[in-house]
Amino acid sequence: METKMIRLTILGGLAATAIAAAAIVVSAPVSAQGPAPAGGFYDLSGEYAPRYHEDQPERIPGPEIADYLGLPISEAARVHGDSWNASILTLPEHQCKPHPADYAPRGPANLRIWKELDTASQRLIAFHTHISWQAPERTIWMDGRPHPPEYAAHTWQGFSTGRFEGDILTVTTTHLKLGWIRRNGIPRSDLATLTEHYYRHGDVLTLVSIINDPVYLTESFIRTTNWVADPRQQIAPYPCDAVVEIDRPQGVVPHHLPGTNSFIPEFGTKHGIPIEATRGGAETQYPEYQLKLQSMPKPQK
Amino acid sequence: MRGFGLGVWFVLTVVGAVVATGVTPKARAQQNQAPAPADLRVMPVQGSVYMIVGAGGNIALQIGDEGVLLVDTGLAQNADKVVDAIRKLTDKPIRYIINTHVHADHTGGNEAIGTLGSRVAGGNVGAGAGVGAGIIAHENVLNRMSAPTGEQAAAPFSAWPTDTYFTKKKELHVNGEAIIIEHQPAAHTDGDSFVHFRKSDVVSAGDIFVTTTFPILDAQRAGGINGIVAALNRLIDITIPKEKQEAGTYVIPGHGRLCDEADVVEYRDMVTIVRDRIEDLVKKGRTLAQVKAARPTIDYDGRYGATTGFWTTEMFIDAVYNDLSKKK
Repeated sequence: METKMIRLTILGGLAATAIAAAAIVVSAPVSAQGPAPAGGFYDLSGEYAPRYHEDQPERIPGPEIADYLGLPISEAARVHGDSWNASILTLPEHQCKPHPADYAPRGPANLRIWKELDTASQRLIAFHTHISWQAPERTIWMDGRPHPPEYAAHTWQGFSTGRFEGDILTVTTTHLKLGWIRRNGIPRSDLATLTEHYYRHGDVLTLVSIINDPVYLTESFIRTTNWVADPRQQIAPYPCDAVVEIDRPQGVVPHHLPGTNSFIPEFGTKHGIPIEATRGGAETQYPEYQLKLQSMPKPQK
Repeated sequence: MRGFGLGVWFVLTVVGAVVATGVTPKARAQQNQAPAPADLRVMPVQGSVYMIVGAGGNIALQIGDEGVLLVDTGLAQNADKVVDAIRKLTDKPIRYIINTHVHADHTGGNEAIGTLGSRVAGGNVGAGAGVGAGIIAHENVLNRMSAPTGEQAAAPFSAWPTDTYFTKKKELHVNGEAIIIEHQPAAHTDGDSFVHFRKSDVVSAGDIFVTTTFPILDAQRAGGINGIVAALNRLIDITIPKEKQEAGTYVIPGHGRLCDEADVVEYRDMVTIVRDRIEDLVKKGRTLAQVKAARPTIDYDGRYGATTGFWTTEMFIDAVYNDLSKKK
């Protein structure tokens, strides 16, 4: 049962990766993209309800501590994850952070997309998106404007420009704040770039996202996420009020000192997954890893 | 538009200089080398405050009816370019310069830019105050730039602060807004100040907060890791984000890109975690070599570390270790 679960988890990720790789071109320039044509474009506007069947255990209950399986992470990211203490999220200054542009579709993600047109010319200026959890809003500029200079501020949603490749909307995002690859301390740096491809098949909206991060990833990290059009959807407001949850001296930052995080083997032990595999790395994304996995010792419960 | 909220950023194409910060003898030697050419850029931040990038350390510029107020002045060799940049925005007189700390990449333009300025004189403002801009700093900045009679000063007389403070803070009201200059003891140096433009809601943080390197401890000028952590926590106190932990108060770092509280929080977290790791090893009696072998900065090296240049990861670990190993 546990072995089967591992296989399904890995194969699920592999399938998504393979589909994504086949469907899209991974790299995209960060420079200015040409203005949207005055003629027709595929209008992605609408209300979309999320589907969580892909990567559900990570996305809804939330990832388990030290589950880095299938992530092409660097040693730096692994150490950061091992040091991470969930209690950091109790600090008032951490409580109201929204998911950044690359992670927002992974959480509770009822989605709205709407377009902004120039009144006189009816040219497409931008798409805007709104997602339910923490209500982050993005602007995807379609008018050919350049990305800001490197010394401009970074934001949770970054600076996004888009272009159509047929009916696929391809978006390039820079100027992201430090974010997260997985909600268990695996970080994504503010030097990362995000490339996205949005496309519809009937009522199904699919997003292929590709993160490149020179600090915390050793390879591109590719994920797919799906929604279904839902014209009756009403997204509730999501205000956030930071409060003191734990009375601490100022400046305390919860974290595990190296070698003191006793929770690291918990995920592997609980699910019968070799601890080495839970440590992640690019190798754990690929089909060949299935063979290696079979030869690894499984932890005893 | 949500997002940058900065309006249009624009570029003044003048030849500027790269960063140099006088910290160690090695660093000071590098500081005297001709900087590589670079563009000097001006970006509106918020309210009446602009940010000038490329003159050395970042410069904050406030413009209003009374004139121009600068926070820091960049390297001496870039002073003309800084003045050119200001003159493309306003022809108002330069009234005040505030120095966040003593280093030459933040005070180098004091002399050339200050002498072009004119502080309003009269009242209880002393004789000669109308000649040149008023230069404000913590008194330790003056102590570091000047010297007792008969000794060689580190900087020319006309570059020295004309108005110092030795208390926790100094207050001004210029161009229609309150400005709080707040001392942060024993942080990057012993003379650091935050400059808070209260109406514009912008803080100029000096080199206590940078986005380009691990924090720089100038141990020769009484800088220390716990002072930096305390100052970063104070900066988090001062800044107030809008909803979703973004924007609101903007922070101009000593070097690097424009930031807000969330960026300061992440940097504070990093500095605190690294400090805690090294402190734990010091308490366990580990040698400096053992601390380095433990790689206490590994998860941040790719973002803030360096193996060459004026402030390497190794120099940072050396400085923190030595600071935390001091007999208290």
